[in-house]
Parts: sequence; structure tokens; C-alpha cells
Amino acid sequence: MDLANFLIQLLNSVQYGLLLFMLAAGLTLIFGIMGVVNLAHGSFYMLGAYLAWSLSAQFGSLTLAIVVGAVLSVIFGLALEWLLFRHFYQRDHLDQVLLTFGLIYIFEELRSILWGDDVHGVTIPELLGASIPLTENLSYPVYRLFMAGVCIALALGLYGLISKTRLGMKIRAGAFNREMAESLGINIKRIHAVVFALGVGLAAVAGMIAAPIASVYPNMGSQVLIMCFVVVVIGGIGSVRGALIAALLVGLVDTFGKVLLPSVAGMLVYMLMAGVLLWKPEGLFKQ
Amino acid sequence: MKKLSTPSLLALSCALLAASVAQAQSSDTIKVGLMLPYTGTFAQLGVAIENGFKLFVQEQGGALAGKKIEFFKVDDESEPSKGIENANKLVQRDKVDVLIGTVHSGVAMGMAKVAKDTKTLLIIPNAGADVITGSLCAPNIFRTSFTNWQPAYAMGLVAAERKHKSAVTITWKYAAGEESVKGFKEGFEAKGGKVTKELSVPFPTVEFQALLAEIAAAKPDAVYTFFAGAGAVKFVKDYAAAGLKGKIPLYGAGFLTDGTLEAQGDAATGLLTTLHYADGLDTPKDRAFRLSYAKTYKLQPDVYAVQGYDAAQMLAAGLKAAGGDFSKREVLIKGMEQAKIDSPRGAFTLSKAHNPVQDIYLRKVENKENKMVSVAAKGLADPARGCRL
Repeated sequence: MDLANFLIQLLNSVQYGLLLFMLAAGLTLIFGIMGVVNLAHGSFYMLGAYLAWSLSAQFGSLTLAIVVGAVLSVIFGLALEWLLFRHFYQRDHLDQVLLTFGLIYIFEELRSILWGDDVHGVTIPELLGASIPLTENLSYPVYRLFMAGVCIALALGLYGLISKTRLGMKIRAGAFNREMAESLGINIKRIHAVVFALGVGLAAVAGMIAAPIASVYPNMGSQVLIMCFVVVVIGGIGSVRGALIAALLVGLVDTFGKVLLPSVAGMLVYMLMAGVLLWKPEGLFKQ
Repeated sequence: MKKLSTPSLLALSCALLAASVAQAQSSDTIKVGLMLPYTGTFAQLGVAIENGFKLFVQEQGGALAGKKIEFFKVDDESEPSKGIENANKLVQRDKVDVLIGTVHSGVAMGMAKVAKDTKTLLIIPNAGADVITGSLCAPNIFRTSFTNWQPAYAMGLVAAERKHKSAVTITWKYAAGEESVKGFKEGFEAKGGKVTKELSVPFPTVEFQALLAEIAAAKPDAVYTFFAGAGAVKFVKDYAAAGLKGKIPLYGAGFLTDGTLEAQGDAATGLLTTLHYADGLDTPKDRAFRLSYAKTYKLQPDVYAVQGYDAAQMLAAGLKAAGGDFSKREVLIKGMEQAKIDSPRGAFTLSKAHNPVQDIYLRKVENKENKMVSVAAKGLADPARGCRL
């Protein structure tokens, strides 16, 4: 592999890793703070992709579709938390797994009723449709750089929110010791609703920005969910920083695996996970 | 025992009479079971096949060899796990004489199994899985479309003739893609080319970026690809966006640019693909077919409509040979085997394994059409490996 190809694949890895991070961050936050194992997280990614497709057809603009879609999905997250999830925080993990596993089927069915079973493509906006020539043979699509940019911005925003704001302090307090935080007058219920909606929003936005490059199709959520769990497990359950490192690692292994060892590429990520767990059974960064 | 009253006796005889009339009627009709996708990704293809089939029947005055055609329909949902169940609905419940279907290869395999078990006549108007007229071939299974091997092999020959020495292939990791790549490799390497790398992505994902960089780095003389539908749109666009278009020539099986040209836009212009049908064939048969189809359905026909039309022609040939008597099975099958189908794509006959022996056209994308350039392979028969007919 020559240097140019190596650099391009590195770029691909980082960009894929950042996308995975957006998904895994929500998953790990919801688990770390509320203790909920949410198997339906991938469905929010799918929801985002279908929203991007139908809204951008409606508005004729992907950017507008992403903004409106993000708002809609956060509202959806709040409603879902209020209707269902808040009743399950105190239940054991098996109940939560059953609930969220059932939700996957319900969401797939709703998706089928609302949007049908077709595979759809989403057009990249004119402004981002260009490519930058990188090597003599290959250009790099601007849209991918834009995607990476959005992911980095959201990651920084998330970091800022959790470590620098009052709300973030309350979130951390609630995650650390629920009773103590409540007795200090923190409204844990509201915090939970906010965190859950944030997780849903992150997953949906990931789905929306990924739609033009990954296309929109049934069951797309389940595939990505598996990768998310791998990331969360490698990073250490509940750790946002761990999720970032693990997502980048998975991005690297997956991308270079596809290129260098195509016949076993599908397995490499799981081998990475097994390796990390052997070395650090609680993941790289334990809470 | 109580004696039957006159009214009930009359009623009974009426019923018996009605039954015998119905019996007589039923032998005047042929029951055709259409098992096609009417929902989901392939819905349009299913409709085109049905339209084509019905167009031929209509052209014959609504009857084939003097037999009225009665249709039974089942949506196969392109769902392989329901293939056997759905085919059985038509065979067991509706007692159809002949099954027509389908688009998806996985579903067609289920239909082939049912056809084999129940000895029902099956005509496949699209699904291209090699094995159906290969190792799974049977006397009562026919196909009016192609095998995945056919267009791909022809493209291999074309790529070698165009003086390419090395090629990289890229496709979805599923049966149709793998069969297509194998066919290309066989044609290309038979003429001295060499496939240096076989790349694949899981079905139906369309994340090609890492592999496009790999193609750019490998610098082959040519790239061969099998994608269809939304994946084809995305691949052609990504190939252009990656700056590979015009640097490394891209070749594909015709599905790459069939039904996808509108969405691919400029990125597709100039692409060369191979298929058993093309725009601008300009033969009297094709012109007449296109006109008649457009008039009837207010739609332009496509390759799927042609395949449906030919399924009806093939059934008609069999019925004609048997004098319209479906019970003369041997004669009927012999009639179909020996038929020369006057297809809009050009006349074709069937191979021993019941797959069309047909011309494969080289087509070039121009003005949103797959214009015929030349015949890539004349009278190409699938090797039908493993078939013992």
C-alpha cells in the first residue's frame, strides 16, 4: 500500500469511526446514566435516515431536512421516554432487553407502513457534491469531510455539555449517585428525559448525515447497532471518552481490514473486541 | 330412507348440470399463476412482467391455442422464506396449470422446488440464478430471461477485445453478484486477461469509499461491476465523484444502467454494459412490440416487459404443439423446447437446460438510453454446469 492510499484509507477510517461514535455515545450515555440497555438504539439511526430521505424530498434541501429532522427526533425521544422508558429504569436488565427488543420490531413495522420496504438513495447537496483531487487517480468527496466535521462539532459539543455546564454537572451527579443527587434537589427525572432525548437525537442525526453515503434501507439499524455495541464494549460501558477511542479503533480495523484482508474483514472487529476484553475485561475506560 | 321431493330432485339435477358445465368450461381455460413482486423494491419489475405477459395474450385475442387464460395472482414480496408457501398457494389452492415467476433469485429457487415436487410447469421471467437451469434444472422448468453468467461472460470477452490486460471486480457479496463476477472472469481470462482483485461489500450496503481508494491504488486497466437499483445509482455516482471515471474504464452487467439512468445523470454517460436487450435495436418485431406496449399501458417497455411477453410466447408455443390440451404434457414440453421465440430482443431458442440461447448486446449510455453498440456475443448459451437433461 503506497502512502497516498494509506492516507486516504486513514481518512475513511476516521470518518467512519466518528460516525460510529455519534451512535455509541448516545447508547453509552443512556446506559451509563439511566442504566437502560437500549437495543432499539439502531432504530433511531434508521429513523434519522428515513427522515432525511422523506424530508429532503419534501423541502428539496438536505440541510433543512437535517435541522427539522433533528428537532423531530428529539421530540420523538422525549415522548418515548415519557411513555415507555421511564417506567423501566428500576426494572432489571432482562425486562429492558425485552422491551427494547420488542421496540425494534415495532419500529421496523412502522417504518414499513410509513415508508415502505424500498432501498432509497439521498442526493448529496450541490454545495457539498464536489471532490478534492488527492492523488493522480483519486479525488475525495467533500461530503465526507463535511460529515466528519459535523461529527467532530457534535463530539466537542457533547464534551462541553457534560464537563463544563451546570446541566452536565447534574447529569454526572445523577449518574454517580442518584439518591444523593435527588436529595440535593436535582430533578433526576428531567435529567433522564434530557439525556435520553439527546441520545435519540445523536443517533438520528448520525442516520441523517449518513443517508447520502450509506443509502436508506430496511433493517439498516440492526447492522449498525451491532457495531455500536462492539464500540461500547471495547470503550467501557458508560464512558463517552472510551466510546470515542473505541469508535476510532473500530473504524481503523474495519476499513483497513476490508482493504488488506477482505476475506476475513467481517471478523476482524470481533477479534479486536475479544482481544481487548481478554486484556481489559471491563473495556478500555471503565466508569 | 325418505324419498326426495320433486323440487329437491330438480335442484339436485340443476346442480349436477352446473357442475358438468363448469367442468367443460375449465378444460377450455388454462389457469396461469402469476407469482411476482407487487410490493417492495421490485414492484415495478413485477408489474412490467405481468404487463408483457398479458400484452401477448391480448394480441392473440385473449386466448392461447384456443384456450382462455385465467389469471391467479400472488405477491411474492421478494421474500425467499415465503417462496415455497406462496408457490404452494397457487399450486395447491388455486390448482394452476402453470406458474410464472419471479424476479428475486432466492424466491425463484423456492418456486423451482415446488415445481419439481408437484411437476407443475414453471416459466421464470427474470431471476438469473445460474443453478436454476444448471444443477437444479428439470424437464418442467423453463426460463425466458438469462443466467447471471451470460451478460457477464460476454462482457469479459468485450473487455479483453478492448485490449485490457488486468481488471478488478467489485460487487455485493451475494449469489447474483458472485455469479456475475465469475462469468466475467471466465470470459476475460479465456481471452488472456487477468482479474487481479475481487472486491465485495455486504448486500445491500453502498459504502464504497474504501474500495474505490483501493481500486485507484491498484490501477487496473478496467473495472467490472455488478450492482442494481439504488446500489447501482450510488456506485456509478461515487465512481465519478472519486475521480475514477475517464481514468479507469468501468464495465458492468446491464442492470447497472437499466432503470437507473435518470438517477445516475451525467455520471453514467458513456458507460458500457452488456445485456440481452437494448434501446434502439430497431428491428420490426421490437418496434411493433414497443408501440403496442406503449399504446396499451401508456408506458415505455423495458427488459422485464420483454421477458414477460416471451414467457407468454413460450407457453403459447407449448400449447400450440399440444393442440391446446394441457394433459399432453410430453408434447407440450417438447413444443416449448423446440420453439423459436420471436422476441423483441431478437429471436431465440432454448438450450437443453431450458435457458435462452441468445445474443448479448453491448450497450452504451447516451442521452439517458442504453443504446445498442454491437453484439457482444452471438447466440450465447449458458454452460448449464451440473444439468443432466
